Amino acid sequence: MYTLESFRALTSTAVLLPHDDIDTDQIIPARFLTTTERTGLGAHLFADWRYDRAGQPRRDFPLNAEGAHEARVLIAGRNFGCGSSREHAPWALLDFGFRAVVAPSFGDIFRENALKNGLLPVALARADHEMVVYRLAGEPDAVFHIELEAQTIAVSNERPFTFPLDPFPKRCLSLGVDQLGYLLDAAGEIDAYERGQASFSL
Amino acid sequence: MNLPPKTLFEKLWSGHVVRPETENAPAVLYVDLHLVHEVTSPQAFTELHARGLRVRRPDRTVATMDHSTPTTPRPGAAQSGTALPVLDAQAASQLSRLEDNCAEHGIPLYKLGDDRQGIVHVIGPELGLTQPGMTVVCGDSHTSTHGAFGALAFGIGTTEVSHVLATQCLLRARPRTMEIRIDGSLGRGVTAKDVILAVIARIGIGGGAGHVVEYTGSAIRSLDMEARMTVCNMSIEAGARAGMIAPDDRTFEYLAGRPHAPAGVGWDRALERWRSLPSDADATYDRSLTIAASALAPMVSYGTNPGMSIPVDGAVPHPRDITDPEKRPALEKALRYMGLEPGRPIAGQHVDIVFLGSCTNSRLSDLRAAAAVMRGRHVAPGVRMLVVPGSQQVKHDAERERLDEVFRECGAEWREPGCSMCIAMNGDRVDAGQYALSTSNRNFEGRQGPGARTFLASPLTAAATAVTGVITDVRTLA
Repeated sequence: MYTLESFRALTSTAVLLPHDDIDTDQIIPARFLTTTERTGLGAHLFADWRYDRAGQPRRDFPLNAEGAHEARVLIAGRNFGCGSSREHAPWALLDFGFRAVVAPSFGDIFRENALKNGLLPVALARADHEMVVYRLAGEPDAVFHIELEAQTIAVSNERPFTFPLDPFPKRCLSLGVDQLGYLLDAAGEIDAYERGQASFSL
Repeated sequence: MNLPPKTLFEKLWSGHVVRPETENAPAVLYVDLHLVHEVTSPQAFTELHARGLRVRRPDRTVATMDHSTPTTPRPGAAQSGTALPVLDAQAASQLSRLEDNCAEHGIPLYKLGDDRQGIVHVIGPELGLTQPGMTVVCGDSHTSTHGAFGALAFGIGTTEVSHVLATQCLLRARPRTMEIRIDGSLGRGVTAKDVILAVIARIGIGGGAGHVVEYTGSAIRSLDMEARMTVCNMSIEAGARAGMIAPDDRTFEYLAGRPHAPAGVGWDRALERWRSLPSDADATYDRSLTIAASALAPMVSYGTNPGMSIPVDGAVPHPRDITDPEKRPALEKALRYMGLEPGRPIAGQHVDIVFLGSCTNSRLSDLRAAAAVMRGRHVAPGVRMLVVPGSQQVKHDAERERLDEVFRECGAEWREPGCSMCIAMNGDRVDAGQYALSTSNRNFEGRQGPGARTFLASPLTAAATAVTGVITDVRTLA
C-alpha cells in the first residue's frame, strides 16, 4: 500500500532548469509509460535531455552535474508540468530524489498529481522566482530552506519568499495522510447522492 | 424568486456536488462516467488491492486498450481487429494487467480484437456513453474531448483514478470559468482544428490554467459533433483541463440510437434534462474572449508546443521580432530543435511523414475530409503517410464508404485503430530529425519519438501536404 511521506520542512541544495513550459513528455517520455509500477522511473527522468542518442549522460545537462542527486529541490520556469496527465512525471521526479519543484506556475494536473505524492509545488511570484534563479545561477551550491507550515522558501539565510498552498493538501502533506481516506469517509453521503440519481443508467 | 443565472459549467458542478467545498476542504464531486485505459490504471488497481477495496461502480466504468497497442495490420488480413501481436513485453504485460483487473472487478473492457475497441475519447461518444450533463473523467488529459456534449470532462492522474474506482468521487476545488466566443463563418479550408490552434496561439499554452472553458458563438454552433470534439480535445493544450460546448439539436441527433444512449421514455426524460443545460442568457464568466471566425486561416505549428502555431500562409517568427524578452529563448530553443530558419514561409517546408489520426482527428469526418483531397492524387515520393482510424467502428464505417481504398490507392497506409504515432509508445514513431505533419495534438520535443519534429495541422492540411511532400495550404490545391 502506498503511504504518503509527511512533509514539514526541507533543507537542500537545488538543481536549476530554468526553461518555461517544461511539459510532461520532457519530464518522462511516453515510451517509459509501459511500466505497471510507480517506482524506478528516476532513471528515465528528463531522458531525452539527460542522455545523448547513445544513452550516455550529456555533460552540460544540470541533472548530470556533480551533486544533482543530492538536491531535493528543482527550480524550473513557468507552467512546469504542462501537457499530459501522467502521474509518472511526479513519480520520476520523486524517484530521482526531488521533494519540491519551484516555478512561477504549474500545469493544473501536474500540480495536483505532485501534491498527492508528497512532491511540493512551490509557486513563486515572478519577481521572487527571478531572484531565486539569479541567486542559484551565481551560487550553484546555495542551500534552500522550505517551511510547509509558514509556506515559505528561503535561499541561504536570506529573507524568505511565501508561496500559496490550499489548506487541504497542506494538511495532508503535513500529516502524511493521503486523500482516499477522506473520500472513503464520505461513503454515507455518496450513497445518499446515488439514491437521488436512480433514473440514471449507462 | 428569480434564481441567479448560471453557466453550463455551474449547472453541472452544482448537480454533482456530494459534499460542498469549505474553507478547509475541496468539494466531493460525483463522477458519472469513468473511462479507463491500460497506461494510467495499473498502479490504481494495485492500490485498491493493497487496501482490500472493490470498484464501487463497475457499471459506470468502461475500459479500452489504445495507447500501447500496435496498429500494424496483419499482412493479408481483410478483417478488422487483426493487428500484429504486441511485441513489447512490458506493453503486453500492461495490457494483460488491464484485462485481469477488469475481469476481477466486472468492468466492461473493449480489448484488442473487439469490434468496439478504439481510442478512449473516440469510443466514449461513439457508443453513446458520453452524454450531456455528465461528469466524465479518465486518466488522460484529452478527456476534455467529451465536453463537446455539454459534459464536464477532464483528465486525472493515477491516484485520482484509484479515488474514482473506490468511491466514484473526486476531491475538487471549484475552477474558474472562461468563455471563448467564436462568431461568424469559417472560411474555405478552415476547420475545427484551425480554430483551436488559433485559440491556443492567442491565449498561450498556460492561458486557460485554472479554468473550465465554454466555447460559444455562431461558428461553434455551426460545427458538427466530431468537429466540436476536436475543439474541446485541445482545451488542455491551452492549459484548461476542461472545455465544453452547450448541447443542442445536433448533439441530440448524434446521440439518438447509439448503443448506450437512453431510449424510449428514458430518451424523452433525458432530452428534457439536457435542454435545460445551456448557460442562461445573462450568465457571466470569470473571463471572456471573442475571436472572429472570418479572420481565421488554416493553422500549422512551427515550434515545440501547440501555442507556437501560425497561419499556413505565414512565416516562421523571428526571435528579434519577439517583444517579450522572456519568450525569446523559448523560441530560439524551439527553432533549433525544429531546424527551421526564422522568417521563412512555413508553406513549402518538406516533410517525411504525414500522420492522420489521434483522439483529435481520427473520426469519420476527418477521414472523409482527407480522402476528398487525396482522391485521384498520390502521396508524394519519399513521404510515408499513415492513416489510423480512431476506432474499429470508424474503421468499419470508412471501409463501408471505401475510404480505405482511396487512401491505399494514394499510397498511404491504412492501419488498425489506436493512439499510434501521437504518443509513440506502440511501435509507430517518427525517427530522429524527421519531419512529421500530424493531425495529433502535441508537438512537444520527442513526442512522436526521440528527436522527432512535429507540425500540427488539420486533416485537410495533412492531405494537401501528403500529396505535395511539403507543407501546403489546401486552398492553393487546384
